[in-house]
Amino acid sequence: MTTALIVSQVLNGLQLGVILFLVAAGLTLVFGVMDFINLAHGVQYMLGAYLVAVSVAFTGHFGLGLVLGLLAALALGFVMEILVFRHLTRRDHLEQVLGTFGVILIVTEAVRMIFGSAPIAFPVPATLAGSVTLFPGLNYPVWRLVILGVGIAVAGLLWFLVNRTRIGMLVRAGSTHRETVSALGVDIDRLFLFVFAFGAMLAGLAGAMAGPLVSVEPTMGDRILIIAFVVIVVGGAGSIKGAFVAALLIGMVDTLGRAFVPDLLKSLVGRSAAATAGPALSSMLIYLLMAAILSVRPSGLFGGRTA
Amino acid sequence: MSPLAPAPAVPRPRAGIGQTAALMALLAAALALAYGLGSSYGAGLVTRTAILALAAVSLSFLIGQAGLVSFGHAAPLGIGAYAVLIAGEYDMTNILAVLPLAFGAAALFALATGAIALRTRGVYFIMITLAFAQMVFYVAASLSAFGGDDGMAIAARSTFFGARILKPDLHLALLAIALLAAAALGLEHLAASRYGLMLRAGRENETKLEALGLDPYRHRLIAISVAGGIAGVAGALLANQVEYVSPSTMNWHLSGELIVMVVLGGSRRLGGAVIGAMVVVLLDEALGRFTEHWKLGLGLVILGAVLFRGAEVRALLGKFSHG
Repeated sequence: MTTALIVSQVLNGLQLGVILFLVAAGLTLVFGVMDFINLAHGVQYMLGAYLVAVSVAFTGHFGLGLVLGLLAALALGFVMEILVFRHLTRRDHLEQVLGTFGVILIVTEAVRMIFGSAPIAFPVPATLAGSVTLFPGLNYPVWRLVILGVGIAVAGLLWFLVNRTRIGMLVRAGSTHRETVSALGVDIDRLFLFVFAFGAMLAGLAGAMAGPLVSVEPTMGDRILIIAFVVIVVGGAGSIKGAFVAALLIGMVDTLGRAFVPDLLKSLVGRSAAATAGPALSSMLIYLLMAAILSVRPSGLFGGRTA
Repeated sequence: MSPLAPAPAVPRPRAGIGQTAALMALLAAALALAYGLGSSYGAGLVTRTAILALAAVSLSFLIGQAGLVSFGHAAPLGIGAYAVLIAGEYDMTNILAVLPLAFGAAALFALATGAIALRTRGVYFIMITLAFAQMVFYVAASLSAFGGDDGMAIAARSTFFGARILKPDLHLALLAIALLAAAALGLEHLAASRYGLMLRAGRENETKLEALGLDPYRHRLIAISVAGGIAGVAGALLANQVEYVSPSTMNWHLSGELIVMVVLGGSRRLGGAVIGAMVVVLLDEALGRFTEHWKLGLGLVILGAVLFRGAEVRALLGKFSHG
């Protein structure tokens, strides 16, 4: 187990963490403002990857394509909120689950009709496609460092928006005292519209960031959605700070677990038992962590409200 | 709910027994028709409907009676299927051992994860049950000895002390319908009992129930375990029908479709889940003939049903069955 391996796995873990944060941030804000569960958030992640991939290919310029793709994701967020989601916010959770599940089926299948089931290419500019030598013995892909940088920058921006602006103040107030905020004359539905569309764009950004690393295909949002739920449950629904801490925690535990648990087991229980239990245990790790945290703190690490 | 609102009427589940019997007769008639026409395809469809209805009925007990929206019901179903596969690899195919094993393994999983999930409410509960189900999915995919990602064929359909009683599809279909009838009637009975009343009371007002000295946590945990076990039996039957088990048996979309069945048919009566299963299976088949993108149509139906409050197909169907 060399230093280079450990450093690169830690970086991988952080980078999965910031992608999870970008996805979970929108989800947790939407939940906070409206007590709304949106299963279709993973679809917005997938759409972001497709929209950026298509607009980069269309414009032939990465930066321009990225901006256009994200604007399209934002616009789509507005459209979907107006067409579907605003009609679900006052319903009970069961209907929200059903309605957003329906949206998943519709959008996933529509993307499959247009682009097919096979993964599409996600172009990365040549300057970002190579790798860089961090120290002797460790070459690390530039794109992964870009993800880290963008993720941290967006986290900082979100912190500023939520803690230092008027709309952020309303979002914070709305997540704990929705009726009061509403009674004070704030149009909570309009607030929800903006938060929802902004969250859709963040998920789209996450999808675009992850695009070159995973395969861009219609079902790519499914896996990330469920891990994002784990992040929200661990961090405490409605809390941006909780989402950030939990996203990094889950990203690290998942990555390091997959990288090192099989080896650790091998030295503990022997090769043959480890070969069977290793992959199973490392894929269970984040869920076991979630279970452990929930049994101590049922409303998550930073969940103020009782769940 | 405002404190002045009248208490919602508690449905009288005994009234559902007649409906359940009628639905079983309908399934049996469809099976007889399929055999009369010599359509093994149709018979397979009836079997699949009965199996999914079995899982949906158990979920309906959770959602409709206990008010617990589990988004992970495909997990105990998949565990039941894997019980058949794994037991078969160790030469255990006797149905008197396999079905209890499937029930027990699935109930145990539901008990363990339910004990944690039940500490939470609402949206948390939905997300946690989904997460735990996904955990089982990945564990199944990592079982390289049992097919890993791809899954594998079961050694043989279940036997009765060596006699291959499930080899004819007809026997499997009859067993599925019989188990569905037994589960539906058993759950109706449970729902009509004091225990069912406590579950519904806990759904409406937990604080009052606790003030009466009752323990809603324990009742819900029992409900989750029983429902999980029944879903496990459904999974065992499914493994027997398709003779193949893979992680995709417990894809989370199945959890979603089971909820769709429960809600489309109406969650206040257990029989509604059977109707919902019929509707969804028929819808899948009908749309599947029309286009390979049938999921788009299913999604539109689901979304439309939710948006336009037409969620209760049963209400419509009920008009037909009661004249």
